[in-house]
Amino acid sequence: MKILVCISQVPDTTTKISFVDNDTRFNEDKVQYIVNPYDEWYALVRALELKETLGGNVTIITVGTSAVDAVVRKALAIGADDAVRIDMDPTDAYSVAKSIADYATGKGYDIILSGKETIDYNGSEVPGMIAALLNLPFIALGSKLDIEGNSAVIEVELDGGIEVIKTTLPAVISAAKGMAEARIPNMRGIMAARTKSIEVVSGTAAPLVSIKKFELPNPKSAVKLIDPDNMDQLVQLLHSEAKVI
Amino acid sequence: MAVLIFAESNNGKLKKASLESISYGSRIAKMLGTEATALVCGDASPEELAKAGTFGAKKVLHASKVPTNFDPQLAATLVQKAVDKTGADTVIFSHDYAGRSVAPRISALLQAGLISGAVSLPDTSAGFSVKKNVFSGKAIAEISINTSKRVISLLPNSVPAEQVNETASVEAFNDATDGFVSGLNITKKAVDNSGGILLTEAELVVSAGRGMKGPENWNVVEDLANMLGAATACSRPVSDIGWRPHHEHVGQTGIAIRPNLYIAIGISGAIQHLAGVNGSKVIVVINKDSEAPFFKAADYGVVGDAMEVVPKLTEAFRKFKLQNA
Repeated sequence: MKILVCISQVPDTTTKISFVDNDTRFNEDKVQYIVNPYDEWYALVRALELKETLGGNVTIITVGTSAVDAVVRKALAIGADDAVRIDMDPTDAYSVAKSIADYATGKGYDIILSGKETIDYNGSEVPGMIAALLNLPFIALGSKLDIEGNSAVIEVELDGGIEVIKTTLPAVISAAKGMAEARIPNMRGIMAARTKSIEVVSGTAAPLVSIKKFELPNPKSAVKLIDPDNMDQLVQLLHSEAKVI
Repeated sequence: MAVLIFAESNNGKLKKASLESISYGSRIAKMLGTEATALVCGDASPEELAKAGTFGAKKVLHASKVPTNFDPQLAATLVQKAVDKTGADTVIFSHDYAGRSVAPRISALLQAGLISGAVSLPDTSAGFSVKKNVFSGKAIAEISINTSKRVISLLPNSVPAEQVNETASVEAFNDATDGFVSGLNITKKAVDNSGGILLTEAELVVSAGRGMKGPENWNVVEDLANMLGAATACSRPVSDIGWRPHHEHVGQTGIAIRPNLYIAIGISGAIQHLAGVNGSKVIVVINKDSEAPFFKAADYGVVGDAMEVVPKLTEAFRKFKLQNA
């Protein structure tokens, strides 16, 4: 089983978000970066579990400048065999997906996995585009992934039910909560990651969209505290002031 | 030049999110000086299809012979054929499972810039830009599409549907499904869906966390939800320790929801939880700790013990319903 896991660097979930350059650029000052949780906890760990039971190789791929090497090492420490970094500023999903698809062409990956979305740009765009560009099936939001012979069996939690989708391999799959349990890298993994190779290649595509401006949501007005013995007042406010009931 | 909207009907009814997409796409068509076609997938009566016109579409392509289990490969094929037929250069999806599955594929195949999870109509004064939530709702980005073709997926419950009372012509669109062989085998596994209100489509949500002390106390939460006709949700710790099923977990790593009213009971309001609910229009927080960070994100707050406050709130809603019946 030859698996390619797409990972992305994202600001830590507790980051306070602000912008610079007239609100056109994310302020990276003092930001801690992590591997996108969906990519790490679910996609990468499930790939490693499949490798452990079926044998094979897990390669991680990311798009970014050398600044992302630290999170690549973290993913290697969790257990990926090797890594590829496409040396390009990842400004939109298409240029990222096209560059990854071009790299993957002809390399015989059985599964290309990624998280269901990144927690910074929340796109859910890259894996579906990779699948289109490689003419492969794409299953989004997999919460369970098993291999049966030359097929993948994926469960997707939809409202009020679970769908079970069987597809032949190769395929592109995006991972949601439930596909695996997060792993913490151990000392041996961290040591081993130092000597694992990161192949650096050039990007192959230009972006189709660009960020014009960022803004922060309007600040919430102060909370209106209601006396716990006066729930009738709360109901009245929800009806006449907030108009939600 | 034309606008194509991907819409789904479920149990014979157009989905609420699809009506929002039809209205949204029709308004974009008007801005661009063109017309909107709705591709409706699934069984629907003529009266139900007429709703597409009510919300602004000039034409409906009705693919009635699609299987009940959504097939992303079939949906992508239908959209491609509908794009060819209508000459659409702008394709609209809802940012739900179907949109997440199909919109990126169409974007890549058409070399069309994609904005997923849009929360505004486009600004066409200089180019074509649309706002979307980024950093899990902690900021908004205005994104310019720099290609002549565009794909947009609209975040449900963010741009309300508007009735315009147009009449749409309806055309059967089954040639595309006839002879289609899917590479996917899709089956449904039954699962309990407590009460039947879909969390992602619910307008009212009652959610609870560790402050409930144990799963045996959830009856007060469920009583409130039943009284309101609300869906139930929970925080991550509660689904992780198994008090509640995973599909109820809302937050950064669970599902993100945008109801009109979100009532959070015994949830402290960690930043990761807020990321999943900060799109809610009105937030009520009930917590016995007046220092809980969630109060900062709330519109209304009640400092008190959930086991005492929640039954009182349920009773207050019961009285309200009787008075307004």
